[in-house]
Amino acid sequence: MSRNKIVIENVSKHFTVNNGNQRLYALDTINLTINEGEFFCLLGPSGCGKSTLLNILAGFLKPTEGRVLIDGEEVTAPNPKYVTIFQEYTLFPWRTVLGNVKFGLEIGGMAKQQQNEIASSFIKLVQLQGFEDRHPFELSGGMKQRVAIARTLAVDPEIIFMDEPFGSLDAITRMEMEEEITRIWQEENKTIVFVTHDIEEAIYLADRIAIMSHQPGRIDNVIRVNLGRPKDRTSDDFLSIRDKIYDEFKLKTRKPFVYQI
Amino acid sequence: MMEEARSRRTMLGRFSPFFVFLLLLAIWQIIAASGLFLPLLFPSPVAVVRATVELWEKGILVRDITASLSRVFSGFILAAVFAIPLGLLLGWYARLKHAFDPLVQILRPISPIAWIPLAILWFGIGNRPAIFIIFITSLFPILLASISAVKNIDQLIIKSAVNFGAGGGDILRKIVIPASFPYVMVGLRIALGIAWVIIVAAEMVGMRSGLGFMILDARNFLRTDMVVAGMIIIGIIGLILDRIMLFFEKSIRIRWGYRDLKGER
Repeated sequence: MSRNKIVIENVSKHFTVNNGNQRLYALDTINLTINEGEFFCLLGPSGCGKSTLLNILAGFLKPTEGRVLIDGEEVTAPNPKYVTIFQEYTLFPWRTVLGNVKFGLEIGGMAKQQQNEIASSFIKLVQLQGFEDRHPFELSGGMKQRVAIARTLAVDPEIIFMDEPFGSLDAITRMEMEEEITRIWQEENKTIVFVTHDIEEAIYLADRIAIMSHQPGRIDNVIRVNLGRPKDRTSDDFLSIRDKIYDEFKLKTRKPFVYQI
Repeated sequence: MMEEARSRRTMLGRFSPFFVFLLLLAIWQIIAASGLFLPLLFPSPVAVVRATVELWEKGILVRDITASLSRVFSGFILAAVFAIPLGLLLGWYARLKHAFDPLVQILRPISPIAWIPLAILWFGIGNRPAIFIIFITSLFPILLASISAVKNIDQLIIKSAVNFGAGGGDILRKIVIPASFPYVMVGLRIALGIAWVIIVAAEMVGMRSGLGFMILDARNFLRTDMVVAGMIIIGIIGLILDRIMLFFEKSIRIRWGYRDLKGER
């Protein structure tokens, strides 16, 4: 558990806006190490740069300064060894569930028979057996995200990046999916970096949580969640961690008021 | 009472197009029978039906419908084969689109009818000038639909595909082509609709067969009943073509899960 998987070294990201007249500091000197097999959450309000950071880790964006190392090698481009799951599912609407899950294997040039076997086993893992021939439009949001998870697992990535994957699901489905991804993470032994703005979701899922604030995007604190799984959302320990994180965020918004009084 | 009223309303609703036709026929028949116009210039519905039967029995109708349809399909399919790949290419490579755009924008507003003199000079007599005119007609709607089809592809889907290791060729075959398909279908339907309008005009100017020629020929013999019969047949065939295309378009759209497609009527 203690081997370094992802090392983020002095990563900053600036965007130029207003025709290059203005610089937007999306991320400011991020330093962070994520361990192999860890479930790590990036938690913060919208606009704090957590998705930008995830895009840099996944190789979709280049940092303005600093670098990201995965297994000691610098990340320069997207790679099937680390796959991102988006809130929008990004399924291929013209493909069936099976066709979607097979996609990465097809690209990898695997034999058809083997593609089908692997895809079927992961469809089973996400509990969608019987839906192999359905198209995405016939599925609910939760089911679509299960397909996206199966499609990702099928290519056996070392790291899964998740960008608010359950953000558009209703509260009950969301909790089901949180349990589901925990189970899958335990069975499959992946490193997961999970972006969310939901405090309870972060506590439920994560081994460690990076608390981020915005303008510029910064990591203020990294909190360890020492709770045995499955986590009980109503236990005192859970709630005390929630209070602690609540304070982290509340302090920031209350400060100006303190000065005024 | 309420139920009854509602069911009567839905019955009326269901048959309302039928009533509109009936009303039109009645007014048409009344004016024709009133003697306000010469029957030669204003044929009655009954005369038109009789003319249709006559055209059918002489074999003219089948011959001309076949001639028009085969020209339309030839030109249309040629245009599709040419315009779909070109459109996908222009949609994908922004620079190529930038280079071709002014040319397309200048050629597009030229009525296909304006090409007829050149078409006849270049291709002589026979089907070929008409096929060329339909090719020109169908080209632009299909081209523009294909270009915007590529532009409408969800960038996140492409991002995902790239993440799974898809290269340029994979993206084209496995993402761009299937993702564009429903939009291209809209372009095909629009193109076929316009092609059917244009073929009649083209056949009036330079052809010796087809529904357009049939109408012109009937006029030369002052057979206005046959003119009107030809017009109605053109309308009905146009409607059938549109419905067939719409059926394909819709079933593809449903299968693809594209609910809010632009260009829906």
